[in-house]
Amino acid sequence: MALCAKKRPPEEERRARANDREYNEKFQYASNCIKTSKYNILTFLPVNLFEQFQEVANTYFLFLLILQLIPQISSLSWFTTIVPLVLVLTITAVKDATDDYFRHKSDNQVNNRQSQVLINGTLQQEQWMNVCVGDIIKLENNQFVAADLLLLSSSEPHGLCYIETAELDGETNMKVRQAIPVTSELGDISKLAKFDGEVICEPPNNKLDKFSGTLYWKENKFPLSNQNMLLRGCVLRNTEWCFGLVIFAGPDTKLMQNSGRTKFKRTSIDRLMNTLVLWIFGFLACMGVILAIGNAIWEHEVGTHFQVYLPWDEAVDSAFFSGFLSFWSYIIILNTVVPISLYVSVEVIRLGHSYFINWDKKMFCMKKRTPAEARTTTLNEELGQVEYIFSDKTGTLTQNIMVFNKCSINGHSYGDVFDVLGQKAELGERPEPIDFSFNPLADKKFLFWDPSLLESVKIGNPHTHEFFRLLSLCHTVMSEEKNEGELYYKAQSPDEGALVTAARNFGFVFRSRTPKTITVHEMGTAITYQLLAILDFNNIRKRMSVIVRNPEGKIRLYCKGADTILLDRLHHSNQELLNTTTDHLNEYAGEGLRTLVLAYKDLDEEYYEEWAERRLRASLAQDSREDRLASVYEEVESDMMLLGATAIEDKLQQGVPETIALLTLANIKIWVLTGDKQETAVNIGYSCKMLTDDMTEVFIVTGHTVLEVREELRKAREKMMDSSRTVGNGFTYQEKLCSSRLTSVLEAVAGEYALVINGHSLAHALEADMELEFLETACACKAVICCRVTPLQKAQVVELVKKYKKAVTLAIGDGANDVSMIKTAHIGVGISGQEGIQAVLASDYSFSQFKFLQRLLLVHGRWSYLRMCKFLCYFFYKNFAFTMVHFWFGFFCGFSAQTVYDQYFITLYNIVYTSLPVLAMGVFDQDVPEQRSMEYPKLYEPGQLNLLFNKREFFICIAQGIYTSVLMFFIPYGVFAEATRDDGTQLADYQSFAVTVATSLVIVVSMQIGLDTGYWTAINHFFIWGSLAVYFAILFAMHSKGLFDMFPNQFRFVGNAQNTLAQPTVWLTIVLTTVVCIMPVVAFRFLKLNLKPDLSDTVRYTQLVRKKQKAQHRCMRRVGRTGSRRSGYAFSHQEGFGELIMSGKNMRLSSLALSSFTARSSSSWIESLRRKKSDSASSPSGGADKPLKG
Amino acid sequence: MAMNYNAKDEVDGGPPGAPGGAAKNRRPDNTAFKQQRLPAWQPILTAGTVLPTFFIIGLIFIPIGIGIFVTSNNIREIEIDYTGTEPSSPCNKCLSPDVTPCICTINFTLEQSFEGNVFMYYGLSNFYQNHRRYVKSRDDSQLNGDPSALLNPSKECEPYRRNEDKPIAPCGAIANSMFNDTLELFLISNDSAPYAIPLKKKGIAWWTDKNVKFRNPPGGENLEERFKGTTKPVNWLKPVYLLDSEKDNNGFINEDFIVWMRTAALPTFRKLYRLIERTEDLHPTLPAGRYYLNITYNYPVHSFDGRKRMILSTISWMGGKNPFLGIAYITIGSISFLLGVVLLVINHKYRNSGNTADITI
Repeated sequence: MALCAKKRPPEEERRARANDREYNEKFQYASNCIKTSKYNILTFLPVNLFEQFQEVANTYFLFLLILQLIPQISSLSWFTTIVPLVLVLTITAVKDATDDYFRHKSDNQVNNRQSQVLINGTLQQEQWMNVCVGDIIKLENNQFVAADLLLLSSSEPHGLCYIETAELDGETNMKVRQAIPVTSELGDISKLAKFDGEVICEPPNNKLDKFSGTLYWKENKFPLSNQNMLLRGCVLRNTEWCFGLVIFAGPDTKLMQNSGRTKFKRTSIDRLMNTLVLWIFGFLACMGVILAIGNAIWEHEVGTHFQVYLPWDEAVDSAFFSGFLSFWSYIIILNTVVPISLYVSVEVIRLGHSYFINWDKKMFCMKKRTPAEARTTTLNEELGQVEYIFSDKTGTLTQNIMVFNKCSINGHSYGDVFDVLGQKAELGERPEPIDFSFNPLADKKFLFWDPSLLESVKIGNPHTHEFFRLLSLCHTVMSEEKNEGELYYKAQSPDEGALVTAARNFGFVFRSRTPKTITVHEMGTAITYQLLAILDFNNIRKRMSVIVRNPEGKIRLYCKGADTILLDRLHHSNQELLNTTTDHLNEYAGEGLRTLVLAYKDLDEEYYEEWAERRLRASLAQDSREDRLASVYEEVESDMMLLGATAIEDKLQQGVPETIALLTLANIKIWVLTGDKQETAVNIGYSCKMLTDDMTEVFIVTGHTVLEVREELRKAREKMMDSSRTVGNGFTYQEKLCSSRLTSVLEAVAGEYALVINGHSLAHALEADMELEFLETACACKAVICCRVTPLQKAQVVELVKKYKKAVTLAIGDGANDVSMIKTAHIGVGISGQEGIQAVLASDYSFSQFKFLQRLLLVHGRWSYLRMCKFLCYFFYKNFAFTMVHFWFGFFCGFSAQTVYDQYFITLYNIVYTSLPVLAMGVFDQDVPEQRSMEYPKLYEPGQLNLLFNKREFFICIAQGIYTSVLMFFIPYGVFAEATRDDGTQLADYQSFAVTVATSLVIVVSMQIGLDTGYWTAINHFFIWGSLAVYFAILFAMHSKGLFDMFPNQFRFVGNAQNTLAQPTVWLTIVLTTVVCIMPVVAFRFLKLNLKPDLSDTVRYTQLVRKKQKAQHRCMRRVGRTGSRRSGYAFSHQEGFGELIMSGKNMRLSSLALSSFTARSSSSWIESLRRKKSDSASSPSGGADKPLKG
Repeated sequence: MAMNYNAKDEVDGGPPGAPGGAAKNRRPDNTAFKQQRLPAWQPILTAGTVLPTFFIIGLIFIPIGIGIFVTSNNIREIEIDYTGTEPSSPCNKCLSPDVTPCICTINFTLEQSFEGNVFMYYGLSNFYQNHRRYVKSRDDSQLNGDPSALLNPSKECEPYRRNEDKPIAPCGAIANSMFNDTLELFLISNDSAPYAIPLKKKGIAWWTDKNVKFRNPPGGENLEERFKGTTKPVNWLKPVYLLDSEKDNNGFINEDFIVWMRTAALPTFRKLYRLIERTEDLHPTLPAGRYYLNITYNYPVHSFDGRKRMILSTISWMGGKNPFLGIAYITIGSISFLLGVVLLVINHKYRNSGNTADITI
């Protein structure tokens, strides 16, 4: 495997001759063996160490280590640095090794896949890695393509073959590839073995949709294009077998060329941390300089005279030089302010959080059996700071599943579900779906609840029959019948598939088609219609028609299309029907359904003949053929008879409206970026409650020129400004504003606006001179929908927000077209288990349902952020408290860089005594239970505002650390200075002092972590108490006789622990120090809790109180939960649950309650908050009840 | 699934750091740990816990402080500076290195009698026993009687490692600078000759130091033989095996030496010099009266502005005189109590103003 990657000069062109390995070997093309692993057993150590020492932190510690080897400088023993360094290097190395092991494993698995290679005229099984450029290999159905192949021949006629390219570009639809005609005849092995064509083509590149080359064979040249290529990563479908010539192998394949290293994303905390570490280095240098100057002065004033007892080192000849050396000595002993374990600990914590995400049962999709996956372990805390979400629509918000939901036939609407009382029923209360067992060809997955439609079919209502006949005839679906009665439809658009399937279940089974006929089983009898013409769909016509001749010879045109177009083309006799149908259409649209209008027209033979003639002529016309055809079509599609309308539900993913509502409440702005049409996008916007009827205005920007777009944006801005500025005189907006003022203090200033912008306009809006205007406008709106955008534009929009808003962005999508935005955003989320995995591969997190986003952000992200911030605060605190003691001691030991503590204590402080409790807090801490973060989305805000760890917080931690260090030194100093032990001997000997300070330090920082830990699990208990116990255990062990007898020079503290810790004075000192260090912290926190509590504090407090009245409130919560499980989509807009959260008064009330909480205007605010919460939680069922009663 | 997964690896370059994909059973376990539902204690700083804590700390600290303070005040202590820098001082003459040996006498009076065991200390000021180079300048192997270290002391002892090609025992700057004044105490009584207070020189070092850390090198009966091949520290007047006449207080296990070798944490320190044991009869150990201190002045500190003191002190359960601790306890106790009151008031006022977060449902 090590031979896999050899460096070669860049290729100019590629030559490959079939069946001629010798010839091809000359070029030394890469073999088909891929290697994603970085090391092997031999290279692991040097390469990995080299990589690790490229990290500044590690090099810094190496530098310290070298400094320590200079005896004049060495203020610590060598192991105080080397032990942590080795530990850190080892942990990282182990992690790298494991990663690499898995890469080796997967490489091996891929490389050892079998494929059939044509060698010496016979097919032989070969491993993928042994396939060479120029080999001919045979692929069978459903096999992965092993390398980039030139398709030579296949089992299908004309050398066709079908492939699925999901792995490559994420598209699940099948694509056709065709062999060039000359090679497509090479069907059998003997012919192929003699094939000696030579391909000359472009060098390897990463363009998936381009290939150019030439085949030289039998002195002829044949051009080759991407149409002839099968790329590695594709899967062969619906093709029994095919042969291909390997052109690019292994690392040269387009797949591998595309899998560039993903850009390494850093979190804002990371960046902040790096800045702070730099600052700390500066601080360290300052302290070093101060102490060095001190040393120089001291040596000059005192040290020179003290030489009687303590001469200078040989090399040192002046106080100045001594000061210089002491600078480095102090750099060594003070280096613990930037502990080496910081980065490793941060990694460990993030890894822990990633595991929690992977393990989360509530983010596991039962249906697709996919758990959530944190694919990057470095971004977790950023999840708690997201301000903008950019979402794809299809496949992300919607399931991309179309369901035939309702229809209107001849003025009668079907599809509403009524319960026994004749009321519209809720989803949960729906009866059994209707039984299609009369129809053996029915699709079992199709569900419909309104039995009246089936009755209408059964009693032979001609309109209904004609309606379904139209659906079964007028489409472009292909059918496939593998076994008798097992029908599969291949539809171009899922809408059509849904319609044809509906017709199929209602007894009008589209069975098969030929270019000239369509066979339909109508209520059990096969009828073949002659297909005379298909008037295809396009964007301008927005309709499609078929003209068929039925067995009786009657010619009829069936047409389906958008209501806006079709309703104008009806026969005037339809007026009455048109009115009712329009009502139905409006009703459907209001429910967010996608509608189509169906119509037919009888044609007489002569008219048809004459029309067909004209159509033929139009289609043969040289110039403006399209226009001519269109006008011919237009002519025949007029005066049609209305049949009815269909309503298709573009099924939203489960829980989408609720999620969006919740995220909006958490102050996260959601932008939908979709490639879909404006109407659809707006529709979905409504159905997932991003857009509501309550909105002040929805601006739609559809300008085609720069000026238009600018004008439209300006107008939108002006309107918003007007209404917010002039509350008094703005006529139109005043009313809305006032009402919103009453209900929502938070949103009152801006009102609620939404912006819909389409691709053309976006292209202009994203130009350099307009992007700021656009951004300003868009950010003032509550919801932004961009439709018809290209993948590149998606990335541009994200980039724009990233650039100017300094906010954390998250992009979520499922398809290949979302990859760019997923990669651009701070955090990319891929929806897994949908079409393709391209988005997932580019993403940082993946899960299978949009609704999990709320959990990812509000629960995991929030916790991660909280934990990381707490961790960092404490970490800096404890190291400053620890290290700064040396600084104070410097003033009393002649600035000689003498440490206060025993060297073992310094070695172990960061890696043993204090590491685990803070890690446990960093991994397990919770301020409020997960359900509370969902209940109070405002809890998410501190993360967005970056409140928990910023420069201010950092300085507070540092100050606290320094405060602690001052007490830690001066209290023992005050006590010890003149004191003696209870046996009269000296108390203030260096070793006792060291033990006392170290012990108080360990106790104080343990107390502090105890205060910081908000969630004491057994693990926290174990670690905190364990750390203390371990401290004392190690202390006594290090000071024991046994170790001293072995290494007298290393364990000089023999007997110290027992002698010192037996002194009451020492304990009195430790207790005093601890109390003085901790008391102000407790008082401060208590005051803050009392006077200026965070929301999380309050929620926590409420929790405590609630515990006492468990039963009552638990019952309340249960009500809330039943409500949230429902999909708001199936209900009318006024009644749905999503409505309730999103637009309803509930939301405003709760935000009012929350804002009143900050304003502290009401004494019993929490009660009212709770009441409102429970109202909002329980009202879905209340909402459900309403229609029952009314 | 398997095929799919491999292909994914192919693109991805292996599974990401986090697992989950690799597991066959992809359904996460429903354990309290993995679902972050571990039972936990979630303490909150409520008025109910914080305020009592402050009061209790106050109530505990103030009595302790008073106790310590009273105890400390009951301790008798007298300190006599005999550096001799002042011209009036009897020891002034000894500042000149020419006078050897220099003996000076300082008179003092005990106003109150010292009862119980009395401890005699020598105190040094401005003496940096905690200097880094000083602290490390010793060889504990040698002091522990390791024969090889005896003859080949550690490099840390430089420049007091060898003298005239012979290893120094004990080596290093600490040993070299050992305090070597001799102090004698006499009670002046009116009716008879001055009474020499018996000064006990054993029992002034830690047991572990005397019995574990410091050992004479092994060898013959004669201590001088055991130290054969070594030379005395440069500053010393006599070799280590002549520090004392008693066998179990000589060589490395000489207690004066051991006490000196336990370096002080701060530049001003006192070290135990002698014990004055309580007498069996009911007389105070040191009755009130006039005394004089006889000093054999060997130890120069003048050059670096050092001070030398002799201290006599009684002790209590918590050691010698220690006013700081008592005052600190009383202060902290009071602050804690006051803080408790302040917080109580704030909490109370706050509750009354109706803004309390205290939920009274």
